[in-house]
Amino acid sequence: MTSAREIAAAVTARERSAREVIDEHLARIDEHDGELHAFNVVIADEARAAAEALDARIAAGEPVGPLAGVPVALKDNLCTRGIPTTCSSRILEGWRPPYDATVVNRLRAAGAIAVGKTNLDEFAMGSSTENSAFGPTRNPRDTTRVPGGSSGGSAAAVAAGFAPLALGSDTGGSIRQPAALCGVVGMKPTYGAVSRYGLIAFASSLDQIGPFAADVTDAALLLEAMWGHDRMDSTSISDDLVPISADLERGVRGLRIGIVEELTDVEGIAADVRAAVERAAGALEAAGAKVERVSVPATVHGLDAYYLIAPAEASSNLARYDGVRYGLRCDDEDVQHMNARTRGEGFGAEVKRRIMLGTYALSAGYYDAYYGQAQRVRTLIIRDFARAYERFDVLLSPTSPTVAFELGAKTADPLAMYLSDVCTIPTNLAGHCAISVPFGVDSELGLPIGVQVLGRELADALIFRVARAIELSVSGA
Amino acid sequence: MTIVSDAGSEWELVSGLEVHVELASTTKLFCGCPNNFGSEPNTNICPVCLGLPGSLPVLNEVVVEYALRVGEAFHFDVPERSVFHRKNYFYPDMPKDYQVTQYNEPICSRGWLEIDGTRIGILRAHLEEDTGKSTHVGTTGRIHGASHSLVDYNRAGVPLLEIVSDPDIRSSEQAVAYVEELRATLKAIGVSDVKMEEGSLRVDANVSVRRAGSTEFGTRCEIKNLNSLKSLRDAMDYEARRQILLLEEGESVVQETRHWSEVELHTQSMRSKEEAYDYRYFPEPDLVPVAPTAELRAKVRAEMPELPAVRRARLIEEWGVSEKEARTLLGVDGLADYAEAVVALGAPGRDVTLWATQDVLAYLNASNAAVSLLDPATLADVLSMVRDGSISRNQGKDVLAEALAEEKRPRDIVQERGLEQVSDEGALIAAIDAVLAANADAVAEYRAGDDKMRKKKRGFLMGECMKALKGQGNPQLLNPLLDARLEG
Repeated sequence: MTSAREIAAAVTARERSAREVIDEHLARIDEHDGELHAFNVVIADEARAAAEALDARIAAGEPVGPLAGVPVALKDNLCTRGIPTTCSSRILEGWRPPYDATVVNRLRAAGAIAVGKTNLDEFAMGSSTENSAFGPTRNPRDTTRVPGGSSGGSAAAVAAGFAPLALGSDTGGSIRQPAALCGVVGMKPTYGAVSRYGLIAFASSLDQIGPFAADVTDAALLLEAMWGHDRMDSTSISDDLVPISADLERGVRGLRIGIVEELTDVEGIAADVRAAVERAAGALEAAGAKVERVSVPATVHGLDAYYLIAPAEASSNLARYDGVRYGLRCDDEDVQHMNARTRGEGFGAEVKRRIMLGTYALSAGYYDAYYGQAQRVRTLIIRDFARAYERFDVLLSPTSPTVAFELGAKTADPLAMYLSDVCTIPTNLAGHCAISVPFGVDSELGLPIGVQVLGRELADALIFRVARAIELSVSGA
Repeated sequence: MTIVSDAGSEWELVSGLEVHVELASTTKLFCGCPNNFGSEPNTNICPVCLGLPGSLPVLNEVVVEYALRVGEAFHFDVPERSVFHRKNYFYPDMPKDYQVTQYNEPICSRGWLEIDGTRIGILRAHLEEDTGKSTHVGTTGRIHGASHSLVDYNRAGVPLLEIVSDPDIRSSEQAVAYVEELRATLKAIGVSDVKMEEGSLRVDANVSVRRAGSTEFGTRCEIKNLNSLKSLRDAMDYEARRQILLLEEGESVVQETRHWSEVELHTQSMRSKEEAYDYRYFPEPDLVPVAPTAELRAKVRAEMPELPAVRRARLIEEWGVSEKEARTLLGVDGLADYAEAVVALGAPGRDVTLWATQDVLAYLNASNAAVSLLDPATLADVLSMVRDGSISRNQGKDVLAEALAEEKRPRDIVQERGLEQVSDEGALIAAIDAVLAANADAVAEYRAGDDKMRKKKRGFLMGECMKALKGQGNPQLLNPLLDARLEG
C-alpha cells in the first residue's frame, strides 16, 4: 500500500495521474467491500471526475494542495452536497444535503478526492458498527470480528487499503477505538480545533472530527489540512495551526510521560493490552523520555458522566428527525402521530435507548441529579487532568481494553459494549486531544492492539510526536 | 386601581406582561438570511435556520448591540456573560424541534420604566429565535381538523427579545400605557419597528385579582393572542371580571393559559398547568456565552439617542407644552422630529406642537403621506405669516392645507388668493375715516350710548370697516385704530 504523502508527491510530479490512483483504489473497493461493507455509498463517478479535473489543473501548471490526488473516505455523518448522507439510519435514507461540511471543503481544497461515505453505528452511537441500519462492517484483519465503532467503516477502509486516509468523528472514542481494533492510526483533535459545521451532531459538546491513516505521518498531514477556525462554528478555536508534520521527528528526549493508572488497570482489560502499554512505555523511555505512573482519580467516573451528558445532548439533537422536512416520513392521522411513527420506524434500538436516557436525564426534577451531576463530574475530570499535566507533558493508556471482538458478542449487552470506550471517554469530557497508534498484536489471535497518547488542549502536535516515537519503536523505520 | 364587583366588593387587578419584540436587524439571529417581513414563503432560508442536520448557529453581533441598547434604555443590568439554552418541544414550524433561547442567565435583568410617575419593574429581557409560521388548510384554520398544513420558515430564526415585567401593573389602562412606552422607546432606539399588526410586537398578559388591600398574589392566568392595544385592554378587563366572579362564587381560579377571542370577546382555556410541557432546558452546546466587550458597551452608551420620556420632559420644559400635547407629538412616528425641525426655523414650540398635532396630523392621516417627506419650511412660513399678521389664523389653516396637499409654497398661495392682510396703517385709517363719515348716526349713538349700545355699534362699525377692506384688514391693527378714532 502506498502512503498518502507518496501518492500526493507522485501525482503532483505527474509521475502518476490522480485518475490512475483513484481507479486503483476503486478497483480494490469493488473487489473487497462486498465482504467488508466499509462503505454505505461509493461515489466512483464523482471521484473519477474530480481526479480528471485535478490532473487537468496539474497539466496546466496550476498549484495543487498537499493531498493532491489522495483518495479519502468520509464517515457517513459528514454532509456532502448532493450525495446521500445517512448516519447509517433509516430516518435519513434518501436525504441529500444541499451543502458540504467545512472539512469536506477543506479536503477538496487540499486536493484530496472523496471516494465514498463509510458505515457507522447509527448516529455514531456504538462501539462496533453493528448498530448500522444497513448492516455491520467487518474487520479487515479478521472478518468474523467487528472493526470497532462508531467510525468502523472509516477504520476498515484504511485498514483494507480502500483509501489511505479517512475521516471519522469521535464523541467518546469513535475514532480511536476502531483505529486500535483495525490496526491503524486514529486521532481525536482538541475540541474546537476542527470545525464541526456539517458534522451531523450526536453530542455537540463532545463531538470532534479527526483523521484516520495507516501511519502517524499521514494522519498528521490530514489533520493539518482540516485544522483551524471556521466562522460557521462558534465553538471552533481561533488558534493558528501548530506545525505538526514539521515537529514529528523531534523525538521524545526529555519529555515527561505518565501512564494513567485508572485507564490501564481498568476492569476487564486484556493482559496483552496492558503488557503492550508497558512495552510502549519502555520504548519511550529507551528513546529518552521519563515515564512514571500517575493517578487521574476522577476518570473512573468518566463512563457514568458520559452516559448522561451524551444522551442528553443527543435527545435534543435528534429531535429534528420528525418527518416534517426531510428523510423518512411515516404518515399517520395527525402530525403528532406522524412524528411518533416516523421516529418509531426510523430509529434503531440503541438510538431510541439513548434518546430515552437523555430525555430522562434532562427532565424537571431529575436535571440536577443526573445532567447537573454529570457536568460536575466533568469539571472534576478536567481538574484532575490539569493536576496530572502539571507533572507530565503527555499521558499514556490503552485505547481499548480488548482487541477486536466477534460480531454479535456484545450486541445483547449494552453495558458491556459501553465499556469498550472506558479508556477514551475522559479525553472527550475534558475537550483534550488523544491519538491511538498500533503497537503489536495479541499473543493468542494476532489481532492489533492500540496504545493511546493523551494530551491537554492544543497539545495536538506533541501527542503526534510521541505517537511517532512509538511507531518508530515498532517498525524501526 | 380598585374594581368594584357587581356584588359590591372591592378588588384589585394584578398583572405582569410578557412582550415579544422582533428585532429589526438586517439578518437573522444565527445565520445570514435576510430578516424581512412579507417575502415569498421559504425564500429567506438556509441550512442553519432550517435546522438541517450538521448546521450550527453563529450569533449575530448586531443583535447583541441591540440588546445592549435595550439594556441602557430600561436601566437593566447587563451581566458580563449570558447564556443560550435549548427549550425542547416538538412543533412542525420549529425546524430543530427545540428553540434556542435564554433561560436562567438572560442578557438583561432587573430594569424598569416609569408610567406617570409609577415605576414598573422589568424582571428580564432575553434573546431567542422565532419559529416558522404554519398555515392550516381546512375548514377551521386550526391544526385540529385541517387536511394539511403549510409551513413557511422565513420567520424561523428571526431575532426576538422577550421582555418580562414584574407583576407591578394594576389596571388595563396602565398595561396599555406600559406597552405604549415600551413601543415608543424601542422605536426611538432603533431596535424594532414594533408593529403589532405585523406581529413584530406581541403581548401576553398574566392576570390575577385579589381583594383590595390584600398583599397576597392570586392565582394567575396567562392570556395569549392579544393583537392590539384594544385587545389587551378588553381581554384584561374581561379576565379580571371572570376571575372576580369565580372567587365571589366561592370557586377558585385555575392556573392556565387562556386564548383571547377578538370575535367573541372572551378568553377561553388553552391548556392548564398540569398539561404544561417539560421543556428540558439545558445550555446550548453549539454556542459560547455572550460576553459583550467593554468597547461595545461604551459604543452603545455613546450612541444612545434621546429617549421618549426624556424628550417629552425637554419639550414640556422648553416649549411650554402639556404632557398630553408632548405625548401626542411623540406618539406619531417622526412627528416630533418634524416639529423640532420647524422650531429650528424660528417658529415657537407650542404653536408648532398645536399645528403639527392638529393640522399636519390631519393631513398625514387623510393622505397617508410620510412625515419625513414634509418640508418643515412650509409650516414655519405659515406660522410666521400668522404671527406677523399677514394672514389670519383661519386663513393660515387653509393655506397650510393647500400647501401640504399641493406641495406649494405658502407665500405663493397667499399671493395667488390675494389673502395678504392690509396692515398698512395709513390705508387702515383712511378706510376707518370713510366708514365713520358715512355712518355718522351710528357714531353718535355709540358715543351717547350705554355699554350695551356701545358694544353693538362698535361691532357694526368694525364690520363695515372690514367690508370696506374686503375682509383683508389686519384685525390686530384695525381694532385699536378704530377705538382710537371713536374715542378721539
